[in-house]
Amino acid sequence: MADVHLNKEAVDASDEMAAMRRARWDLISATIRYALLFAVGFLMLYPLIWLVGASFKTNSEIFSGAGFLPESPTLDGYVKGWQTSTPYTFGRFFWNSFLIILPKVIGTAISCTMAAYAFARFDFPFKKVLFGSVIAVLLLPNVVTRIPQYILFRDLGWLDTFLPLWVPSALAGDAFFVFMLVQFLRSLPRDMEEAARVDGANSLQTLVFIVVPMLAPALISVCLFQFMWTMNDFLGPLIYISSVDKYPVSLALKLSIDTTEAFEWNRILAMSVLTITPALVVFFAAQRYFIEGISAGGRKG
Amino acid sequence: MARVQLRNLEKIYGGTLKAVHGINLDIRDGEFMVLVGPSGCAKSTTLRMIAGLEEISGGEIIIGDRRVNDLPPAKRSIAMVFQNYALYPHMKVRGNLAFGLRITGRPRAEIDAAIEQVARILEIEPLLDRLPKQLSGGQAQRVALGRALIKKPGVFLFDEPLSNLDAKLRASMRVRITDLHRELKAEGLSSTVVYVTHDQTEAMTMGDRICVMESGRIMQVATPKELYNNPANLFVAGFIGMPEMNLMDGAMEGGDFVVGSQRLPMGGDLAGRLSVRPQQVVLGIRPQHLSLADGGPALKARLTNAEFMGHEVYLHADCEGHRLVSVVGAPEFEDIGRREFIHLRPSFDSLHIFDRSDGRNVSLRGGSLAA
Repeated sequence: MADVHLNKEAVDASDEMAAMRRARWDLISATIRYALLFAVGFLMLYPLIWLVGASFKTNSEIFSGAGFLPESPTLDGYVKGWQTSTPYTFGRFFWNSFLIILPKVIGTAISCTMAAYAFARFDFPFKKVLFGSVIAVLLLPNVVTRIPQYILFRDLGWLDTFLPLWVPSALAGDAFFVFMLVQFLRSLPRDMEEAARVDGANSLQTLVFIVVPMLAPALISVCLFQFMWTMNDFLGPLIYISSVDKYPVSLALKLSIDTTEAFEWNRILAMSVLTITPALVVFFAAQRYFIEGISAGGRKG
Repeated sequence: MARVQLRNLEKIYGGTLKAVHGINLDIRDGEFMVLVGPSGCAKSTTLRMIAGLEEISGGEIIIGDRRVNDLPPAKRSIAMVFQNYALYPHMKVRGNLAFGLRITGRPRAEIDAAIEQVARILEIEPLLDRLPKQLSGGQAQRVALGRALIKKPGVFLFDEPLSNLDAKLRASMRVRITDLHRELKAEGLSSTVVYVTHDQTEAMTMGDRICVMESGRIMQVATPKELYNNPANLFVAGFIGMPEMNLMDGAMEGGDFVVGSQRLPMGGDLAGRLSVRPQQVVLGIRPQHLSLADGGPALKARLTNAEFMGHEVYLHADCEGHRLVSVVGAPEFEDIGRREFIHLRPSFDSLHIFDRSDGRNVSLRGGSLAA
């Protein structure tokens, strides 16, 4: 009896030891994993971190080392960068970007939703051919259409205006977004729309009151993509905008490189930080919906 | 008036695939009509055509005294309850109920009063400020019902509304829906119901009349009792009834039914009921009408299995290569005990004889046929 008791204690003790060993091993393994993740993450983010750090450095300090912490932090880059070498402040360029982005994003959301709704839910003549051409446009390299587009907009008298930069997108010109929304719509059950029709809603009311709220995650992704891509678009404004007072931020950044002989890197970096800030803020604010939107688009219907 | 008439109604997909073959059906005002049939029999398609969600390829649909072929769903005076409820996920229950009235521009006070009334009837008052995802299946079902009820339509269309619920809830919702139908009728409100289901229990317990469909054709329209007692053809005979009716291929020879080496003299009123006397027939016996016998005219069968169901036992037997099922009382089975061969005697008054060439029931009482 006593033996059994002792044995039981020994077994308990060895169990406890094994549990402790396992716990210690789990801790070590977690530490290694997180350290590795942190190191790789840091490595990938380093350019961004360096950019932010360097924007507070003096010009001479920027190239003196690879560290990101400024020795004597200064706002000089921001203050002088904001003034720019032109008669306009950087605020003007932000405003210009805003004037392109706002109609473009709103127009894209509305027009792509309507186009996608039509493709996903209605039967009309030549639907397959038309949808095929949407996909074909998706596969077409942008550069192919640059010259015909330029000639078209020139003939319309739209050069040196914001119109060529947002009107095509506001007319569902971005095949990628139409395709993305069509895929998302296909994964949504039709019952709700049918219920709305029985309830007396017409197609437009069904779209606005029933489909759009269900489409929200995908629409947020569309708006985010459009916002970020427009903010980053360099070639479009470069081709169509010639007056400095109409430059968006992407061109304005390049402007500060062009016009000075010795580049004021801290100003460029400071303005770069300001330029990416809106995109970062919007992305993190809408991150949850954004991920929901792009992942749900791939769900099978 | 909310009588629904289908006249030569057709549905053809892609120009060639005929899903509904020119069906005719007259659903009376205030009637609870159940469309029942196996998957793919076009019962849902028919319902969706009545609703206006599916285009009509041919024929006519008349609701009340209006031909509604070209009217949109909203103008047909119908309300529909969908299989998976189809509640608007972003609207609260209140919004779901109100949507149909709001979209047609009813005044706010009227909408609020209607919501209150419907919520009271369906006992969903505490749920009004919840989102659909916060509801259980049964609650969502009641809200879907409320959304139909609030419109005060002429015709209610139900598309397998209980199939997503568990068995217990289904049974209680069944009673609730029939109660509701009766109450509406008692209040003099228009309450024609067209109810689609594949579940024959629902069909038998809920319908005033049942329309049995198969491959886009109507097989029989009759009251549940009539359908059970007088199936017009082999399909209805096999579809309605639990367990399924026993069907045996055989021949009629001089008033006897001959199957394999066995000969069963036809007794009761059967001989008088036969409208024609085909040679090759199918004998139909409901398991409930097949009892254990010690002698006399009976079918000898080899007992293969006995399922104990509580107060009764399902006996599975093999008779001349045909599988027979007989439902007998548990004590009766215990008396007889387990043995290899049993004798099963049909109740001759409840026998059915089908013409094997076209499946028609030639032994109908009073010559009753599909309406």
